[in-house]
Amino acid sequence: MATPVTIRIQQADFDIAQEIAALTKGRTDIGAVVSFSGICRGSEGGEAIAALTLEHYPGMAEAEIARHADTAMSRWPLTGLSVIHRVGRIIPGENIVLVLTASQHRQAAFEAAEFLMDYLKANAPFWKREESAAGTSWVDAQHHDDAAAARWTKS
Amino acid sequence: MKVKYFAWVRERVGKAEETVEPPASVRTVDDLIAWLARRGEAYAHAFETPRVIRAAIDHAHVKPDTMIAGAREIAFFPPMTGG
Repeated sequence: MATPVTIRIQQADFDIAQEIAALTKGRTDIGAVVSFSGICRGSEGGEAIAALTLEHYPGMAEAEIARHADTAMSRWPLTGLSVIHRVGRIIPGENIVLVLTASQHRQAAFEAAEFLMDYLKANAPFWKREESAAGTSWVDAQHHDDAAAARWTKS
Repeated sequence: MKVKYFAWVRERVGKAEETVEPPASVRTVDDLIAWLARRGEAYAHAFETPRVIRAAIDHAHVKPDTMIAGAREIAFFPPMTGG
């Protein structure tokens, strides 16, 4: 059976428990599910943030996530995978992104979830704009995100 | 070909997409950036630091020296900050 893959880009929030249940329902071949959720922080560098607005490149964002999902499935024995990324205005405390990886054993699920997040941060076409008392500004890319993605490159 | 702009590149250019017909001498992604930068002040501002601009052809990331022949859609944007 092909590994079930869910990729969604949406404005609405998601329910983590519901997404895990959807991934594991009726399955007896899953022994481990790792869940990573990225959440909007209320401050950045000591400055309060009122909200983030996420912009994306429709079409390419889905394609890029699918490409990385394929890579993850070729590198680890995954039995399920979900990636949900929100766009639009998100306030502190709200979910931004969810990655679920399922496998028979935990190590593959842990590693694949970390790999996917590192790659999505560096390569998936999403951009954050911050709203604060000082106005709005585009978030700068972090060099450590590129470094985090690069460490998965096979030498 | 269709050109799309995202995030602060879009804001500086002042539009999200347009159709352009560069001359045949514009062969690579880098050439296209240089050609676009000469289209006016807004473009010059958007593309003032070409090395920070990322590009994609038909939804796939490409390097600055990639040839643009045959491209349907080329997008320009800053480094990504999702996740």
